[in-house]
Amino acid sequence: MDFNLTDVHQEFINLAAGFGKKKLAPTITERDHQGIFDEDLVSEMLGLGLCGAYFEEKYGGAECDVLSYILAVEELAKYDAGMSITLSATVSLCANPIWQFGTEAQKEKYLTPLVEGKKLGAFGLTEPNAGTDASGQQTVAVKNEDGSYTLNGSKIFITNGGAADIYIVFAMTDKSQGSHNGISAFILEKDMPGFTFGKKEDKLGIHTSQTMELVFQDVKVPAENLLGQEGQGFKIAMKTLDGGRIGVAAQALGIAEAALQDAVEYSKQRVQFGKPLCKFQSISFKLADMKMKVEAARLLVYKAACKKQEDQPFSVDAAIAKRVASDVAMEIATEAVQIFGGYGYSEEYPVARHLRDAKITQIYEGTNEVQLMVTSSALLR
Amino acid sequence: MEILVCVKQVPDTAEVKIDPVKHTVIRAGVPNIFNPFDQNALEAALQLKDNQGAKVTLLSMGPPQAKDVLREGLAMGADEAYLLTDRKVGGSDTLATGYCIAQAIKKVTELKGIEKFDIILCGKQAIDGDTAQVGPQIACELGIPQITYAADLKVEGDTVTVKQQNEEGYIVTEAKFPVLITAVKELNEPRFPTIRGTMKAKRREIPELSADDVKADESKIGLSGSPTKVRKIFTPPQRTQGLVIPVEDDNYQAAVDTLMEKLTEQKII
Repeated sequence: MDFNLTDVHQEFINLAAGFGKKKLAPTITERDHQGIFDEDLVSEMLGLGLCGAYFEEKYGGAECDVLSYILAVEELAKYDAGMSITLSATVSLCANPIWQFGTEAQKEKYLTPLVEGKKLGAFGLTEPNAGTDASGQQTVAVKNEDGSYTLNGSKIFITNGGAADIYIVFAMTDKSQGSHNGISAFILEKDMPGFTFGKKEDKLGIHTSQTMELVFQDVKVPAENLLGQEGQGFKIAMKTLDGGRIGVAAQALGIAEAALQDAVEYSKQRVQFGKPLCKFQSISFKLADMKMKVEAARLLVYKAACKKQEDQPFSVDAAIAKRVASDVAMEIATEAVQIFGGYGYSEEYPVARHLRDAKITQIYEGTNEVQLMVTSSALLR
Repeated sequence: MEILVCVKQVPDTAEVKIDPVKHTVIRAGVPNIFNPFDQNALEAALQLKDNQGAKVTLLSMGPPQAKDVLREGLAMGADEAYLLTDRKVGGSDTLATGYCIAQAIKKVTELKGIEKFDIILCGKQAIDGDTAQVGPQIACELGIPQITYAADLKVEGDTVTVKQQNEEGYIVTEAKFPVLITAVKELNEPRFPTIRGTMKAKRREIPELSADDVKADESKIGLSGSPTKVRKIFTPPQRTQGLVIPVEDDNYQAAVDTLMEKLTEQKII
């Protein structure tokens, strides 16, 4: 067991931190308050090559490891949680399933541009009536005589919806097989006829990311765009979400660290009763407690990333990391607001944003209740 | 087009403090960075590479750890890098540094088997010394034209047109290759390195050149070859803002009275 980061890991952190400081931090308040999904900034972020962290060089990757990627997501989230999920959705939810389940032709066509940061990716599983119960898919794909499929239905709350070029979309191909074996995964492109976008979601937080509804009206998807085997969709979705959870956990960790940092700085500056807040034990102990929780969450997140890297089963590790890190993010952000007092409730200070951004990490990539389901079923098996 | 970019590794002056007693720069714990103006020079070179086709070579003079900035430059997109490193060149002032780098440029030209560098780009100055002398001195040593403080730069054929920034505005200057240009911050926004570029750069061997390799005359380099002697470094006392006493309604007498009052109050007179 080695707790030291390598030079390579440090390079990922430095690059993400440099981008965060120079490009994200100066405009975050404005972009957050106005709900701006800045496409130029997204392209620039993708251009850093962080998406290629753990993919092979033949696909344009850097052939480093999963932890490098996770460290980059964490670092970006310190400056802009919305931008970090834009990246994480592309890598974990779109590039990764193509890499894991795709054919060589699919990888060449779709994985490479995602890895190189030339295209943005998205993942469409959630529907109005299929949230935590993802198996209740109402989007339908009917196989045509020529082997292609015709998709009808809709997806909601899709991160990078409308902005992404490549989408992994799940649909029921054979209801008689039941929910677990009747679902298939498809690779869709933005400009396919019949594939349109519904409303842009007005969210509580992560305002700098774009969330949209996907609508399919007789979208003809070629046979070669079936991802994996027919009926394998549910398994692909679950495996993909396992990886996505590490990304969300890293995002949560970044939010928690940013909130802690802001609270530490504020506690040194803010003077009440003739001394800085940090000189009151009630505040300094609170800060220490926050730090302990952040460090505990960090180990879980990095452990899950290392297990994924080593190709060990990591579903439970990812579930634990995601739940703990997101709960820690929510708690730290809440405490940071408390330390800021009235100023913390004001949108003039960044901790209000951290609190709004932290909340989503307890919800997406499977609610934290789903993480309990995953963990308890493994525990009681 | 062959472009050479001179880069320097400098302490991050935002973090540097001066020892108030010893009057020396406290270097411990201060991170070294890629001189920001040199990043603008490199960005200009990389834009010419992207848009018009050019080979970009980096050159630095400094201790072996200066390879870090050369690697950063390679990660941003430069093609090659050389480091002039030798204890003999340590302590060189700007005149000696300009000479050493000019000698190194001649050597690199020879090593690359090219006739000349068409454009040599430098940052306007390094943020540690802030002299803005080395770029111009390299041009003098090489006997080529120099255009300083470039805020905009265009190349057509073998002609460079530069918008030079000065305190009052801009001067548009033109020169034919070969030419040395120094860059200001307004020239561009330096790109970030890519991760793949960073990984490749990590594995690159960076050739080291010694004072002998570049045929530097030992009487003109290092501390002994430098006519400038630093006698003392000190933090200038903070100047407080001056007070302006306006003359109201042509009442000069009242203004003079106020002035006298203030000067007396401060025990200046």
